Amino acid sequence: MARHRSAGQRAVLPLLLLLFVLIAGPTVANAAELPALTGRVVDTAGMIDAGTKAGLEAKLAAFEAKSSDQIVVATIDSLGGEAIEPYANRLFRAWGLGQAGENNGILLLVARSDRRMRIEVGYGLEGTLTDLHSKLIIENTMVPAFRAGDFSGGISRAVDDIIMVLEGNAAELEARGARNQDGAGPEVDWVFVLFFIVWGTLFFGGMAMAILPPIFGRKIGPGKYRWLGMDVSVGSGSSSGGGWSSGGTSRSSGGGGFSGGGGSSGGGGASGSW
Amino acid sequence: MSVRADRLLPSPASILRLAALALLLPLLSACGYNTIPTAEEHAKAAWSEVLNQYQRRADLIPNLVETVKGYAAHEKEVLDSVVEARAKATQVTVSPDALTDPEAIKAFQDSQSGLTGALSRLLAVVENYPDLKANQNFLALQAQLEGTENRITVARRDYIEAVRDYNLTLKTFPSVLWATFWFTSNQPYQTFTIPEDKMEVPKVDFGSGQGG
Repeated sequence: MARHRSAGQRAVLPLLLLLFVLIAGPTVANAAELPALTGRVVDTAGMIDAGTKAGLEAKLAAFEAKSSDQIVVATIDSLGGEAIEPYANRLFRAWGLGQAGENNGILLLVARSDRRMRIEVGYGLEGTLTDLHSKLIIENTMVPAFRAGDFSGGISRAVDDIIMVLEGNAAELEARGARNQDGAGPEVDWVFVLFFIVWGTLFFGGMAMAILPPIFGRKIGPGKYRWLGMDVSVGSGSSSGGGWSSGGTSRSSGGGGFSGGGGSSGGGGASGSW
Repeated sequence: MSVRADRLLPSPASILRLAALALLLPLLSACGYNTIPTAEEHAKAAWSEVLNQYQRRADLIPNLVETVKGYAAHEKEVLDSVVEARAKATQVTVSPDALTDPEAIKAFQDSQSGLTGALSRLLAVVENYPDLKANQNFLALQAQLEGTENRITVARRDYIEAVRDYNLTLKTFPSVLWATFWFTSNQPYQTFTIPEDKMEVPKVDFGSGQGG
């Protein structure tokens, strides 16, 4: 009987692990087929030459510093039978382009062997870079260049066009940039933190000193306990010096890597083919 | 004094148990209680987005019909069917409170797919008018219409996922207890189904030549 139970208990851990794998499995499998966000230009299909790529990266980084808009260029070899619209939307959401509250991301996706391209626009930029703008950029800038075999040039000029359209609404652009400069890093209100530590120490410390010594301490008299080297009397209302110090919270800042800001897209933008 | 203290704190073990219970109670309720209303509101919000995008499509159509009329006025039949389907589609709306009603969802879906069909016939007819296809106004409308159709697809997918999440909370373990004992009036939401005619494999017929 006892052996039975212990065997059952031992089986719980693998079972939990299995459960976890089952839950996490589909998500992992789904994300696996999407390329990783390695930078602002994810050239999986190898369509952009090194010089153009470096230029684009610098241009896009500078534009994000100014406006907080995240523009990412991605090329993939094949869509694997999927239409470009759902794929682009999936990729956009997986990468979380644009700032979380603003959804100001743009994804320029090219699928080489499918000969399809798409500009996917985040919710927040749908009003500025409209479907028609996206369509015109694709038809007038990208398609002619791509037909001539000039992928680097087509993509580079399309990015220029996108930036030009976004800059066309200059007042809104600056306001957005300023808004997200303020909220760029999670700003910690140190006054509040200090207040909270002091308040927490007083509030929970008193409670803890009433409850914990009787449980963990050694009884040294009626209603008196010795715990952690402190003599505490419970029920009399007075306790001799207690409390503890709390270390300051430390915050690690991220490295130089690029990551999406958590924005989302509702399928705005346009597609085309060459 | 010591007697009172002893009575207040009978034994360390029972205090420990009480403390554990006091700690667990809010956790327990936070785990379960909010799940169902949260999922329900997500589904309702996703539905509003679906309605919003269908409305956007309906708003584009009068402009499109006028533009096509300028070039292809004698395609009256197709144009009228679009206008008619639009009128029918804008009449049928489903408020977020009626999402549990399969009939309402079906009526909505039927009216919208009627409009989708009429629109695709119109766009097929347009292929015969090169002047119209080159018209800037038409190109603009076409780009917007394509974008809207894509947004509808995304909104429908989001709604389907939100409904799946919500329906799951009504049927799966921790939250099903809340559904049984507390949120007794909450019913599963209906979602989009693929129409029967879309599930059939398309027939390809090269031989007869009757279709033209």
